[in-house]
Amino acid sequence: MSGRRVIDLEFISAVLAGAGPLPGRPFAKGRSPMTEAYVYDAVRTPRGKGKADGSLHEITPVSLATQVLSAVRDRNEIDAGEIEDVAFGVVSPVGEQGAVVTRTAILNADYPETTSGIQVNRFCASGLEAVNVAAAKVKAGEADLTIGGGVEAMSRVPMGSDGGAWPTDPATAFKTYFVPQGVSADLIATKYGLTRDDVDAYAVESQKRAAKSWEEKRFEKSIMPVRDVAGEVVLDHDETVRANTDMQSLGALQPSFAAMGENFGFDAVALQKYADLEAINHVHHAGNSSGIVDGAAAVLIGNEEAGKRTGMKPRARIRAMASVGSEPTIMLTGPEFAAKKVLAKAGMDKKDIDLWELNEAFASVVLRFMQALDIDHSDINVNGGAIAMGHPLGATGAMIFGTMVDELERSGKETALVTLCIGAGMGTATIIERV
Amino acid sequence: MTYETFSVEVDADGIALVTIDLPGQSMNVWNAQLMDEFERWVDDFVANDAVKGAVLASGKKSGFMAGADLRMLSGAQEDNALGSFEQAFRLNSMLRKMETGGHPAKALTKGAASAKPVAAALEGLALGGGLELVLATHYRVVADNKKIQLGLPESQVGLLPGGGGTQRLPRLAGLQNAAMMITTGKPADPATAKAQNFVDEIVPAGETIAKAKEWVKANPKVTAPWDKKGFKFPGGGGAMDPRSVQFFMAANAMAQQQSQHNYPAIQAILSCLYEGSIVNFDTAIRIETKYFSNLLAGPVARNMIRTLFVNKQSAEKGGARPEGIEKQDIKTVGVLGAGLMGSGIAHVTVKGGMNVIVLDRDEEAASKAIDYSKKILDKRVSRGKMTKEAAEEFLSKIKPTTDYNDLKDVDLIIEAVFEDPDIKADVIKKTEAVIGEDIIFASNTSTLPITGLAKNSSRPEQFIGMHFFSPVDKMPLLEIIPGEKSGDKALATALDYNAKIRKTPIVVKDVRGFYTNRIVPPYINEAMLMVKEGVKPALIENAAKSLGMPIGPLALTDETSLSLGWMLVNSTKKELGDDYKPTGVEDLLELMVEKLGRHGRKSGGGFYEYPEGAKKHLWAGLAEHFPLADNQPSLEEAKERLLYAQLIPAALCFAEDVVFDPESADLGAIFGWGFAPWTGGPMSHIDTIGAEAFVRTADALAQKYGERFHPPQKFRDMASSGETVYKAA
Repeated sequence: MSGRRVIDLEFISAVLAGAGPLPGRPFAKGRSPMTEAYVYDAVRTPRGKGKADGSLHEITPVSLATQVLSAVRDRNEIDAGEIEDVAFGVVSPVGEQGAVVTRTAILNADYPETTSGIQVNRFCASGLEAVNVAAAKVKAGEADLTIGGGVEAMSRVPMGSDGGAWPTDPATAFKTYFVPQGVSADLIATKYGLTRDDVDAYAVESQKRAAKSWEEKRFEKSIMPVRDVAGEVVLDHDETVRANTDMQSLGALQPSFAAMGENFGFDAVALQKYADLEAINHVHHAGNSSGIVDGAAAVLIGNEEAGKRTGMKPRARIRAMASVGSEPTIMLTGPEFAAKKVLAKAGMDKKDIDLWELNEAFASVVLRFMQALDIDHSDINVNGGAIAMGHPLGATGAMIFGTMVDELERSGKETALVTLCIGAGMGTATIIERV
Repeated sequence: MTYETFSVEVDADGIALVTIDLPGQSMNVWNAQLMDEFERWVDDFVANDAVKGAVLASGKKSGFMAGADLRMLSGAQEDNALGSFEQAFRLNSMLRKMETGGHPAKALTKGAASAKPVAAALEGLALGGGLELVLATHYRVVADNKKIQLGLPESQVGLLPGGGGTQRLPRLAGLQNAAMMITTGKPADPATAKAQNFVDEIVPAGETIAKAKEWVKANPKVTAPWDKKGFKFPGGGGAMDPRSVQFFMAANAMAQQQSQHNYPAIQAILSCLYEGSIVNFDTAIRIETKYFSNLLAGPVARNMIRTLFVNKQSAEKGGARPEGIEKQDIKTVGVLGAGLMGSGIAHVTVKGGMNVIVLDRDEEAASKAIDYSKKILDKRVSRGKMTKEAAEEFLSKIKPTTDYNDLKDVDLIIEAVFEDPDIKADVIKKTEAVIGEDIIFASNTSTLPITGLAKNSSRPEQFIGMHFFSPVDKMPLLEIIPGEKSGDKALATALDYNAKIRKTPIVVKDVRGFYTNRIVPPYINEAMLMVKEGVKPALIENAAKSLGMPIGPLALTDETSLSLGWMLVNSTKKELGDDYKPTGVEDLLELMVEKLGRHGRKSGGGFYEYPEGAKKHLWAGLAEHFPLADNQPSLEEAKERLLYAQLIPAALCFAEDVVFDPESADLGAIFGWGFAPWTGGPMSHIDTIGAEAFVRTADALAQKYGERFHPPQKFRDMASSGETVYKAA
């Protein structure tokens, strides 16, 4: 198997670094320089509609984070003191999601004070990046057992609450030809010839798949109902799935980004960079874009010994991870390049991937990815995605990662590639392998 | 202490009236002397306990003060005199001292100190640095006259208001109002300024000084709002306020849409607003000065100031007028022909304060001139911009006639009949038979050589060409074409007439197409050649817009019509016979016009489709006739090709003395066919590029696309000598 190469690299890097012990040979404390990172568990909350009438609106983000952290500890019956570090993605880390909400949640969940916490932000891929950070710490030998995850209560801390220089500071907005993501998504559709029918058909299928997955209880392993302060369950299912969505109901929706693009100059800015296009075809609307929701997720990651010590069985191995920057105006084409990069890092070919999971930020993002890598729709986002179930920004990456762990086990398949498109033109991807 | 640029009178209450009145100038401006003296006055004012406050006023009827003396700035650029930060910061520094009374901001904020009150009394306009002085006072009183302009127009010459304008205006009027006013450079009237909080009081004309003094007397201790504790921007906090975030996102995009990344001042202004709203006032004005100095040191402001201000003004003042000829008093103009051009000429002539007698074949035809003006005036009346009476008076100054005898007392003839040499010959003879012997005869033509037309005149020294552009009431350029025998008086009269209708005039040589029409055809031909090569039409159009052209070349062709292009091909072929040089787009024009019936916007569509009630869009069928090439040029390549398609013929015109100086070449380009204003015109742009790089790029393009891109020898010489067009001229 091509996995051999990883070992070779470990060997070379160890020798180059002048590290005494060879791979496989124990260090003083019995650890090799590049350790395997295994997935021991994945937990997520259901996703609540991200508005004032959403079921999770009354739940604080720190409570959402606390509940998934508690669940990881409790369902695996481990001593939380074994968990050395927790990385959580948060995209708007201000207000009640500020001040390193991860550490607050650790203390709130009654983890011992020795467990440290970090908050990471890679926009929409924050949850996956947090998983990668947690895995990297294990691989690097910094920690034996970690958690990567994320939280975003979008109904309480609205998207964009953290401001930022990029779109606002004239120096950077001009330099980067900033346009909002919706215009970028429509630009992708225009540039790659995706019609309104194409994106709507994709959205209908996403809803169907999500509904079917719930019917068949495909998310059962990971879903952890959210409880209120009285201890009552307030939500035990993804709230925004609409099984009866069809082309006709979507056809009635007005494009969401046309007015913004045409009246506020964003279309013109996009065309200044994509000068071979005459106009932007605005095809996206609320029904074929990801929903705004609240939620949290956590993935338990550790090396082999941590599993043995705590009596847990690994469910998957994290084979490779990669992040990449891409053209920031079209912004959302990064997954193509992240996927290619992570495949190269893993020494794999796209044929080696059984399941693909790309966050459904917008339908065109997934359709373009399928086009670029020649991926069949039946192999990607098999259980539906954010168009149906929503995209709780900081948590999504960890949620869809968990979805793939579950799905590999359910389907008996071997490998999955998880990736997300990211603001300002980036992509993050991770390859996992069932063990 | 005495000053030459202003007087100071201290009244019994200890209030100083500072009346700015620059000697020998019709308008107050910030020049070196006023800077020196005002700085001295501020020092004295804050130190002198006997003076309790001040009122700033103007001794000029023309207004309070226009901006900085752009010639001074222009000179500073050449001499690099604004090198140091302290020099550039001087105006900000003295205004801030006046505003704070010389106290540190901290002391003012704590309430431990206050400034002496200064109020501005405006009976007339305050623009640019003039308004910045006003904004730095503590109270602004303006006369009740809606014609008074209050504005910061610096962006129109590639600069930003560098005397605190980008900081005080947003703190008074809010970020959005300030951004609109400063990026567009458009002035506000007193009522708008009051509504936007940067004027405090509007009083009857003549009472501003008294009211300002009243306020100063009543407010002996003052502090600017931004020096007070808890100051907040009107309508939202600083740049990080959620409301401001949305505003800046949209403003950044709209500014890019408008400026196409060609005008560094636009981004610099928004940056001053953005960064300045995050920090305290003293830091903010230092940031402003740094952005200002960057702009002043760059080529865009230099070129814009030179062409759009200095040279434009000089041309409009009759810079090309021969000396020693008495100013012609033109009261009545005879316009021959009441077609589109004649009617437009009649309109601008009346607008310029003259009477018009319009002659045409029959009464119905002649009265079309009145219909033409009426249509324009009706719109103005309905929009409340003109009274009905004024409109009627306007129309009464246009007299249609069919009788040549009615022309006998006119002061100038402008002929605008059909572009046919025989018809023109006929009216020239008939008109000269009745008009005074010393009356100048101007012929409006875009195609016929003046020297040839002048052969029909019995007084060729009084015969001259005037090329108006359509629509005459909108297009700003006038090409004046002396024929071989035209005398100085003819040219002087044409320029005197132009001064009244307020166009930008250039004097050009009597050659086919004069100046502008020697450049526009090769430029749009280049675009059509690109279509033939299979370059995506959207890329062609976007490349031109990216250069800063107001409209894409294919859209422009649709406007002027493909049939006109096809007609010109045929007439030129007929005229030149074997000497005709094919342009390479004959077949495209023939296909579009003859076979496909696509004549342009008005008939059948052209490169674009014009669906009813919807936006025009490129005609998809074009790709069937001209399949898209697999390899498309990059945006930069497309831009360069369209740019040089204009630069090369302009350089040829300059080299061959079709225009006599680079100033005219630049003005004619910007005001004639909308050549990118940020460049300052093609000659300025060649200087910016550098003759050597210009020649190198042109040679490379010639190799790739054909000899039409070969640069003229004069420019090769400049490249080797290291000279610039402006220095060589």
